[in-house]
Amino acid sequence: MTSLPLALTINGHRYELEVDPRVTLLDLLRERLELTGTKKGCDRGQCGACTVLVDGKRINSCLALAVSHDGAKVLTIEGVSHGEDLHPVQAAFIAHDGFQCGFCTPGQIMSTLGLIAEAQAGDDPERIREGMSGNLCRCAAYGGIVEAVLEAQEQLAKADRRTAA
Amino acid sequence: MTLELSLNQQPAHLRQGSSIGQPLTRRDGFLKVTGAARYAADNHPPGMLYAVLAVSGIARGRVASLDVEAAKAHGGVVEVMTPQNRPPLATDPDAKNNPFMFRLDLLQNDRIRYPNQTIAVVIAETLEAATEGAALLSPRYEAQPARVGLDGAESFVPGGVGIGSPAVHHKGDVEAGLESAATRIEATYETSAQYHNAMEPHAIVAAWDGDSLSIDTPSQGLAMAQGRIAGLFGIAPQNIHIRSPFLGGGFGSKGMISGPQVLGILAARLVGCPVKLVLRREQMYGPAGHRAPTRQTLRMGMDREGRLTAIDHHAKTASSTFDDFFEPAADASHTLYASPAIATSHEAVRLDTGTPLFMRAPGEATGSIALESAIDEAAGACGMDPLEFRLRNYAEVEPMTGKPFSSKALRECYTLASERFGWQRRPLQPRQMPDKDGFLTGWGMGTATFPAIMFQAEARAVLRADGSGLMETGAQDMGQGAWTAFAQIAADGLGLDIDQVDFRAGSSDLPNAGIAGGSGHTATAGMAIHNAGAAVIARLADLATGHEASPLFGAGNEGVLARGGRLYRRDDENRSESYGEILARAGLAEIDGRGTGTPDPASREAYAMHAHGAVFAEVKVDPDFGQIRVTRLVGAFAAGRVINPRLVRSQYYGGMIWGVSFALHEEAVTDRRSGRIQNANLAEYHVPVNADVPSVEALLVHEDDPYVNALGIKGVGEIGITGTAGAVANAVWHATGVRPRRFPIRIEDLLG
Repeated sequence: MTSLPLALTINGHRYELEVDPRVTLLDLLRERLELTGTKKGCDRGQCGACTVLVDGKRINSCLALAVSHDGAKVLTIEGVSHGEDLHPVQAAFIAHDGFQCGFCTPGQIMSTLGLIAEAQAGDDPERIREGMSGNLCRCAAYGGIVEAVLEAQEQLAKADRRTAA
Repeated sequence: MTLELSLNQQPAHLRQGSSIGQPLTRRDGFLKVTGAARYAADNHPPGMLYAVLAVSGIARGRVASLDVEAAKAHGGVVEVMTPQNRPPLATDPDAKNNPFMFRLDLLQNDRIRYPNQTIAVVIAETLEAATEGAALLSPRYEAQPARVGLDGAESFVPGGVGIGSPAVHHKGDVEAGLESAATRIEATYETSAQYHNAMEPHAIVAAWDGDSLSIDTPSQGLAMAQGRIAGLFGIAPQNIHIRSPFLGGGFGSKGMISGPQVLGILAARLVGCPVKLVLRREQMYGPAGHRAPTRQTLRMGMDREGRLTAIDHHAKTASSTFDDFFEPAADASHTLYASPAIATSHEAVRLDTGTPLFMRAPGEATGSIALESAIDEAAGACGMDPLEFRLRNYAEVEPMTGKPFSSKALRECYTLASERFGWQRRPLQPRQMPDKDGFLTGWGMGTATFPAIMFQAEARAVLRADGSGLMETGAQDMGQGAWTAFAQIAADGLGLDIDQVDFRAGSSDLPNAGIAGGSGHTATAGMAIHNAGAAVIARLADLATGHEASPLFGAGNEGVLARGGRLYRRDDENRSESYGEILARAGLAEIDGRGTGTPDPASREAYAMHAHGAVFAEVKVDPDFGQIRVTRLVGAFAAGRVINPRLVRSQYYGGMIWGVSFALHEEAVTDRRSGRIQNANLAEYHVPVNADVPSVEALLVHEDDPYVNALGIKGVGEIGITGTAGAVANAVWHATGVRPRRFPIRIEDLLG
């Protein structure tokens, strides 16, 4: 299969790649770039484990052909913390036990970042539950996930207010 | 080659004297929220190839032809493994010599015995090439009619159910009990086939080096997997190294090594380089186990005071045509409700499915939803409140055996959870609580129970001259929190702060930690850790108390306490010495000790050992459309000693949501013509999403159990499903007046 040129900025690093057009963004990350934090649970867009942000929006990377995102900025779970300093969303997932086995967790966290950026759910748990329902958790850590989203959102808003002031 | 994991904890944990009992956050949390936790499929050794399964599209018959040439001609395809060229095995995969060994499909012939059985493996340079190669095989079949459903084949009484439980049990005279009863009920309930659907599909990365084998694969039982692979390949177990630091969920499906995992090893053997094989989601519906469907009939008789005079619980279930696993559903009636006469029995059929297996609360979950529904019906027939009825029939001793309970705080669970829920305001009759939006509200309850099981485990403890400790056991963390809870037990066993303890697990080159299953891992491996700690502390105490220069000289082995990295004289705590000082004086860099975790036969003989709980559910049902929403769940559980309340609560939440799922969501639908599963994917096989999950509360009831094991641990992983599923079903009845008799409850059942 003829490869196609593809430029992506992933977690702030620019990649100039030659990619088989059959390759999904998920398989590019996992199998070619060794960014294995993003998980494959179904490969059909049904579970959300592969959620990443593409140009700031959350998508199922298993449903995206890599070459169709030439020029995009991609954020994966590996790019969320600053070294040992966890992002407030990550810290909140630990504090509220928003996971058990951890396999869906990268997707949950990326989806949380997307949800907060969308600013549609506010602090209404019902809307957060709805907005996080594209990410399955078979361990069913859903309660902790909702608490984590609420707390992280509050932390981020406080930080924003401090920055503004 | 040991597994190096950097575990840490953020934010910093609490500490008030001991590690056990503290609600520490997960020590593997940092790795999991940063994407650094390495699951099996995240490995990528140099030169690795990709293997993809081609699976059967029929349920029964044989493969007539495969277009191997077309697949091999496809760009990037390296090899196609079929029965013709599959490397030889030392033992027949259809042979079995113990009840934990299951027959595997490893391309031993062209026979097909269930849909999604592997018929070939395509190995290629890329995942894309292997996937396309598998599609090019264009199999042709000689198909036979599929045997489908609980009426699809001749039934028989299995030789045993679960693992070695007799198919039939009885005490007292059930027919006489029913005859003499003032009130009787009889009802039949059906439960559906369910698939574990862990988020992580079964995966393996296998690499051979001569006759040594290195494997990354999720396993709930490393030593058992190692032994099974060793037997199949005719190599020594110590030549097989399995790493399983994290499982992306297991729920029983990763208890035994599955056929596709072994096929990954065979593929690596065939091509002579490392191979990664990951099941596609739909391929998990066959070779990786499932919960078999059941049809259960319960008959109960009650006297004028609402006391049970007889319980008869009969379950029909299914296994595969070629192996035995019979869901022990009726055994659920052995332990909960007092009755002078109890009979339980099983029958089964053999169907063209993969072999069913342990799925979270195997038998307990299926049996519980039927039993708790029937108890609700019995309470209704007596005109009694369901809680009052359960208390009237409270078992002071285990009903089937007459043994006393080692501990049983179920009354406290009923009280705590019912008060929290507000149960006393519940009207007896159904359809009495419409809400302001016109939805029918219903309240239901169920009793939860699960046996306190222990297996066998070993651990090794080390104390080092720098004052730190090491604990090693090949424990498996599938999400329940083994990395954290076992480190807590290790810290207390070694008398060290948890930060001073290096805890190693998740690898087959460590002492055998037994199975992460049966809710028994914490008790079993926890006791091995506890005993290993005691053994190494005893050695250390010998060194100190036997040396004249030590302030502990002459204190005797029983006369010291280990705490905070020091040994103290028990009778005079002003006299103490640090571990480092003791080892330095002895000129030792480190000392070690070993411990085992094993059930105590005498106490197991004398006592019935079970965890208990009470679950209360609120549902709202749309009166026009029949849509059911669970809006509130409150559970209280007593399961002996709690090592980490934060993690235990999460286990209860998860279990309770599985209970909701059992009652309302999960069902694998089989096409009656082809025998294929029609909804083998996560869109159509429903599991709860975040929006399905109501407010869930799990209350922890204190329970001391001096008999179950020295730490007093029972187990919490599975009990949450039991009780909850029935509570939801009973709430649906209370909302609508319609008694659900098949699960998951369908909208059409309520509208009928």
